[in-house]
Amino acid sequence: MESQMSTPSDGAVVVSGVNKIFNQGKPNQVDALVDIDLVVNPGEFISLIGPSGCGKSTLLRLIADLLQPTSGSVTINGKGAHQARVDQDYGMAFQQSGLFEWRTVERNIELPLELKGWDKAKRRQRSAEMLELVKLPEFARHMPWQLSGGMQQRIAIARALASHPQLLLMDEPFGALDEMTREHMQAELLRICSDTGTTVIFVTHSIPEAVYLADRVVVMSPRPGRITQIVDVGLGRNRDEMTREASGFFERVTEVREALRGIEAALGGDIVRGLEDR
Amino acid sequence: MKGAARTRELVGTVVPPLVLGVAFLGAWQAWVVSSKVQEFVVPKPTRIWSAFTGDFGLVRAASEVTGLNALVGLVLGSLLGFAVAVVTNRFRIVADVVNPLAITIAAVPAVVIVGVLNNMYALDSQIPRRIMVTIAVFFVVFVQVAKGLRQNDATQMELMRSYAASPRQTLLKVRLPNTMPFFFTGVRTAAPVALIIALVSEYFGGTQDGLGSKISGTLSGANKALGFAYVLGGALVGLAFFAGSSLLEYLVVPWRRRKASR
Repeated sequence: MESQMSTPSDGAVVVSGVNKIFNQGKPNQVDALVDIDLVVNPGEFISLIGPSGCGKSTLLRLIADLLQPTSGSVTINGKGAHQARVDQDYGMAFQQSGLFEWRTVERNIELPLELKGWDKAKRRQRSAEMLELVKLPEFARHMPWQLSGGMQQRIAIARALASHPQLLLMDEPFGALDEMTREHMQAELLRICSDTGTTVIFVTHSIPEAVYLADRVVVMSPRPGRITQIVDVGLGRNRDEMTREASGFFERVTEVREALRGIEAALGGDIVRGLEDR
Repeated sequence: MKGAARTRELVGTVVPPLVLGVAFLGAWQAWVVSSKVQEFVVPKPTRIWSAFTGDFGLVRAASEVTGLNALVGLVLGSLLGFAVAVVTNRFRIVADVVNPLAITIAAVPAVVIVGVLNNMYALDSQIPRRIMVTIAVFFVVFVQVAKGLRQNDATQMELMRSYAASPRQTLLKVRLPNTMPFFFTGVRTAAPVALIIALVSEYFGGTQDGLGSKISGTLSGANKALGFAYVLGGALVGLAFFAGSSLLEYLVVPWRRRKASR
């Protein structure tokens, strides 16, 4: 309710005072998120990282209005999260491409537009444009199962961006890809974002991936889920394969790793080992 | 290279069952010829074949009657099973009423229902048999489609929610296409059932012009070869049903071809 009444703000995404409790009042109550405040600036790339159960996927789903906060508010470009979802103000991509196997590649990309009631010519034009963007124009008439895993993810990104949203929400979209494909996809994603000026919130398990992609890395800890540290990456916007070997990159990776180690020490567990160190 | 591999694969699929079938018929033939078994007890395959070709008109006429009954029931039962499954999935309360009812009907022996129906319709009516087939097919297809509607890809469903799609849009654009493979599994499973029910329901009165009546009539008489020729007719209709439903699946659910061949 209160999200409808949000005050205008500078952030593309404003999460303020958000709490999320599952099974409230029951013995299996889980405090998934506690006192989350986060302002994401327009055009910014944010990585969410943390051990399992830290609520990073839950936070993403709250922003997407796929879950509703127990308290607090989420606004996207000044709109309530619900209205933003109805208006398709964001695009979303998951670890599974979620392509519809009975639709051609272009018709997959067109689905969100179809649901919005776009006419066919306009849809076709947009899907062609999106296929250019992800550099797969020759696959418009292919079926999803004819593409490799990396290509399927690129189509999923093209679909997420089809309605030209200003915000892209991604939940470990490259988690199922092999290392080489993954690095290639990261570079492609950065290129696409700089071409389109899209704001991105990106959930990942991988420390190097989080650092390579993001302007800021948001480190989260579990039980209860909260933000413990925000690491400014400060590597500039023009990143390439050399970035991965730059000393600044390693420093930030170390900083994020130490932030996660701090969480580990506080919990007395062994969680950093659980995070893919690549 | 690819063509050669495909040919080899095709030969590998076709040849073994063909060899087995020919060997079986050969053994049958040799056994009847060499032993003292009388032709009116077990006829030779060659005799059956000549009865089949010689009285092809009779076999065909009977096959058409039973085949049509089975086909009508198969189509009606499939459509009904599909429709009821979709409605019950949409409205919980309907599901609570229909599910136990469907199970109860499936548990009632076919015999009883045909007996009752035969009393309700004219003596020469094929309707009781068709209703019986419809009921049997309905249940098989209903169960499969209901299962398919419950199995949704989590990512696809979250995507549809992120698009703020209405329940109707989600049903039409995602859940129904996802259900088609299950529907066709149901139809393929129900096809032979349809034929068997059509055949067996002829045993309980009504006109004596179908395969079931002919088989029971001739197999108890002296012309066993003709009886087996009717059985062969039934087998061919069954094969046609299986091939037909498989072809339909191949055409309507092309994405499944790929998945299955992986």
